[in-house]
Amino acid sequence: MQLIPCPWCGPRDDAEFHYGAEAHVARPAVPSERSDAEWEAYLYLRRNTKGPFAERWLHTNGCRRWFNVIRDTYTHEIFASYKPGEPMPDIDQLTAKKDA
Amino acid sequence: MSRQPNRLPSGGRIDRAMPLGFRFDGRSYTGYAGDTLASALLANDVHLVGRSFKYHRPRGILGLGAEEPNALIQLARGNRSEPNLRATQVELFDGLDADSQNRWPCLKYDVGAVNSALHRLFPAGFYYKTFMWPASLWMTYEEVIRNAAGLGKAPEGPDPDRYEHMHAHPDVLIVGAGPAGLAAALAAGRTGARVILADEQAEFGGSLLSDDDVFINGKSGRDWVAEVVAELASMPAVTLLPRTCVHGYFDHNYLLAAERVTDHIGAVVPNTPRQRLWKIRARQVVLATGTLERPLVFRDNDRPGVMLSTAARGYAVRYGVAAGRRPLVVTGHDDGYRTALAYAARGIQLAGIVDLRPDPSGALVDAAREKGIDILAGHSVAGTHGGHRVEGVDVAEMNADGTGLAKITRRIDCDLVAMCGGFNPTVHLFSQSRGKLRWDADMNAFVPAKVHDTTHAPQRSVGGCAGVMSVAQSIKDGIKEGLEAARATGSTARQPAAPAVEEPGIGAHRTIWVLPSDKPVGHKGKHFVDFQNDVTAADLNLAAREGYRSIEHVKRYTTTGMGTDQGKTSNVNALAIVAATLGTDIPAVGTTTFRPPYTPTTIGAYGGRNIGALFDPVRTTAVDSWHRANGAQFEHVGQWMRPWYYPKAGETMRQAVDRECLAARNAVGILDASTLGKIDVRGKDAAEFLNRVYSNAWMKLGIGKCRYGLMLNDAGFVMDDGVTTRLADDHFHMTTTTGGAAGVLGHLEEHLQTEWPDLEVYLTSVTEQWSVASICGAKCRDLLAALCDDIDLSNEAFPFMAMKEGTVAGIPARVYRISFTGELSFEINVPRRYGMALWEVLMAAGEKHGITPYGTEAMHVLRAERGFIIVGQETDGSVTPIDLGMDWIVSKQKVDFIGKRGLFRPDLMLPDRKQLVGLLTEDPSEVLPEGGQIVEDVKPAPPMTMLGHVTSSYYSVNCGRSIAMALVKGGHARKGDTLSVPLAGKTVKVTVTDPVFFDLEGSRRDG
Repeated sequence: MQLIPCPWCGPRDDAEFHYGAEAHVARPAVPSERSDAEWEAYLYLRRNTKGPFAERWLHTNGCRRWFNVIRDTYTHEIFASYKPGEPMPDIDQLTAKKDA
Repeated sequence: MSRQPNRLPSGGRIDRAMPLGFRFDGRSYTGYAGDTLASALLANDVHLVGRSFKYHRPRGILGLGAEEPNALIQLARGNRSEPNLRATQVELFDGLDADSQNRWPCLKYDVGAVNSALHRLFPAGFYYKTFMWPASLWMTYEEVIRNAAGLGKAPEGPDPDRYEHMHAHPDVLIVGAGPAGLAAALAAGRTGARVILADEQAEFGGSLLSDDDVFINGKSGRDWVAEVVAELASMPAVTLLPRTCVHGYFDHNYLLAAERVTDHIGAVVPNTPRQRLWKIRARQVVLATGTLERPLVFRDNDRPGVMLSTAARGYAVRYGVAAGRRPLVVTGHDDGYRTALAYAARGIQLAGIVDLRPDPSGALVDAAREKGIDILAGHSVAGTHGGHRVEGVDVAEMNADGTGLAKITRRIDCDLVAMCGGFNPTVHLFSQSRGKLRWDADMNAFVPAKVHDTTHAPQRSVGGCAGVMSVAQSIKDGIKEGLEAARATGSTARQPAAPAVEEPGIGAHRTIWVLPSDKPVGHKGKHFVDFQNDVTAADLNLAAREGYRSIEHVKRYTTTGMGTDQGKTSNVNALAIVAATLGTDIPAVGTTTFRPPYTPTTIGAYGGRNIGALFDPVRTTAVDSWHRANGAQFEHVGQWMRPWYYPKAGETMRQAVDRECLAARNAVGILDASTLGKIDVRGKDAAEFLNRVYSNAWMKLGIGKCRYGLMLNDAGFVMDDGVTTRLADDHFHMTTTTGGAAGVLGHLEEHLQTEWPDLEVYLTSVTEQWSVASICGAKCRDLLAALCDDIDLSNEAFPFMAMKEGTVAGIPARVYRISFTGELSFEINVPRRYGMALWEVLMAAGEKHGITPYGTEAMHVLRAERGFIIVGQETDGSVTPIDLGMDWIVSKQKVDFIGKRGLFRPDLMLPDRKQLVGLLTEDPSEVLPEGGQIVEDVKPAPPMTMLGHVTSSYYSVNCGRSIAMALVKGGHARKGDTLSVPLAGKTVKVTVTDPVFFDLEGSRRDG
């Protein structure tokens, strides 16, 4: 039961959230220009990172807003959370700061 | 009232003024308040309390608390009955009624004990070796095994007790109220921090309750405990939770604890739950969970009367019970001497101390010598004698390295063997939180090495569970870490002084994992490692010889550590034995994974109040009470309760549905359509948004006009459908399927928030705001006209797919001319609070037209007659609009909408995809089962090439025959073909048709 930091509501129990998989997978602007392989990749292919990972969460039983989290998929450490549209923080920098 | 032959004349934390009567296996006994069932049984000289799992060997009480593997009992009767409770943890109450388990027909004469004689048939991996072949017999084997391996019985009816959930957010959670935990709680509590102190036992104090040789600040350990508990109880920010087992340690300092609120009372207490599940999110955690003593592994070490040394001591000191009258201590550790001295101090003559160490020394050894106790240094226990109770042991001097005997054995008579194989820190919670362990070669045990996540799950281990064996150091560390935990949450208090502690000094110990005997391991007796699962040293040796290397595999192959005790007493011994067989060291073998719960926890506690009607919300419409009063049968649609059909007296379902279907076309039918999802879509980009999320065009929809839309996902598959109406330039009213409403809102919000934040659109669920009566049929316009004088209901003024605002029976209403039956139809939407009033007015005014309420079953039939799909019935997440023959709703002009690109994926354009068709059976009265498989070539038996399946199938009274819809491979090109639906015992021939069966021209919708 992780403690997920919602950028609008603050830290909340993960029972309030839904997981939204990899973040920063933008829907192609002009889908008709995408090849079959590119569309398949957009629909189905996601990174399966073991370690720090940018992923989406939805505060379903709260503010119902989507946001992004940098979270280690193995240790469940959470390094940052930020609103959609905001740039992805530098993961190496985030995790390095912690080790130092 | 029986006497208690083993009750010592004085001492113990029991209330001798309060005798309690109880029953075990039907016999009556007496104990005292403060007893556990185990201590009360021992007081009554009952050592035989169960039969072992595999060999049905007689078993006695081994431990003192949670670690107990043998004394599993079934408590109480009826639906309150609970199996697999450890007698060592069950507090005695008056009238307690318990039974032993795993014996038949009775404990003393158990038929299954023949397994013991046949032990050669039950080697390690017995299930795998024996029952692999033939596979068809597995079911038979399993039934026999399940009967034989009865670990208690589950009650048959629902649990009558109530359970509650509690949420807590303390600054500091301290788990365990022994010396270290109490010290930590005191230090943290004095800072004013919010502290929870939880202990699984009824009484705080931990080991201090069972030791009479520890003095703190000149007082007995128990007096110090009383003082500390009194001070903690006076602190308003401190919550004391006795009888509360913290059994799960999850991510980010989230812990679960089960509090036994009334179990020890043995009666139902009004307005009080039986148990509480505490869900604790702690800023800081202090683990003070102590140690578990290790048994020694020697031949036939499982006879009743062979007990852990600390347990034997605990029964004497804490409960005033002599677990034996002639005890023998077997130990490689000074702590065993404390047990010998405790019994000697109570006037009980020891049979001796068998010490694995060749030259024991130190204050405790000297004290034992002074008491005249016979010390057999450098000796081993080669075996035991006895049946239902140990009667003696064979001992002999060992060779120097402890691998064999140096002399021949001699027998010593005894009635209690108190064994001490050293101590394992209770690292279960630490390990559940993913902390790393390290092997401590001095202690011969795993100790905490590295906390998993110091940022999100800051925690400290203190006292025994950190590998600290002295009370003085435990208290010191407890004070330090308790204070630091409080400081980490913001306190600046200073550290209190540690008390002065007098306790016996503990010297070096010797560990021998399997005591040498005069026979090799596995011959003429058994060396039990896991008592609960009957795993022996020979089984572990065999597993290693057969090639098992990973300890996780050894565990599953031999079942060691897999009982309800999860190997609390056996795991480290098993590791050591496997390591020795493999010729490697213990850290290289590693540990198996520690998983929650620490001890078995009642499912009821997890369920809490979320059971029965509170398990899942039930949504009802404003007209619900009318439906119930008028005999509706209901069906669940999502969380909604919808009327299914309204049988009249004596009617079958089929008769009721036929009647409703006829009335809905020929007179007036009325349907409660309030459950359909409704989403208010507003904002200057609302039309553009709809244009992107539906497959058809929306920009030019006129105000007051309705349009049907299919919603796809980006893979191109249908996910929902519904009618959306334009209320204003920037304002739409969207409807969705009843079950799909929440998913649709989520899908739309996701795209608005993450893909198109530039669009100004606001979505609001308004499902509950509206009550909807849908009327249809030949007379419905007449009915509505009589109740509505401000809307012109003619086809010209109010055409199909339009919406008018007005009043119906004086109630402000939005009336939609949309139809899911193909009949002339009006959907009257009124604010929910008017829903019942509208319904009753319609029913009264419709009487002369033969108004008939119809349910979801008739609705399904009526829409199928017209070939209208139901998302989730005709579709299953892999169906495109093209598959459904709904090409007309897929815009060719729009550059993009969700799902457009997906539709052009090569697999979605194949001609032999499963496509929606109608099916007509050869025999018009034959109604196909939904889900029936469709084939072209019928064979005498499966497998046959399956072309698809029946998605909807009904008897249609309006068509005078059965009708069905189906998804069939290349179905659109097969119309007119004859296919088959093979069923059990027969094959039904069907003709493929268009999926429209009634009013083929669609002329009825205008009345």
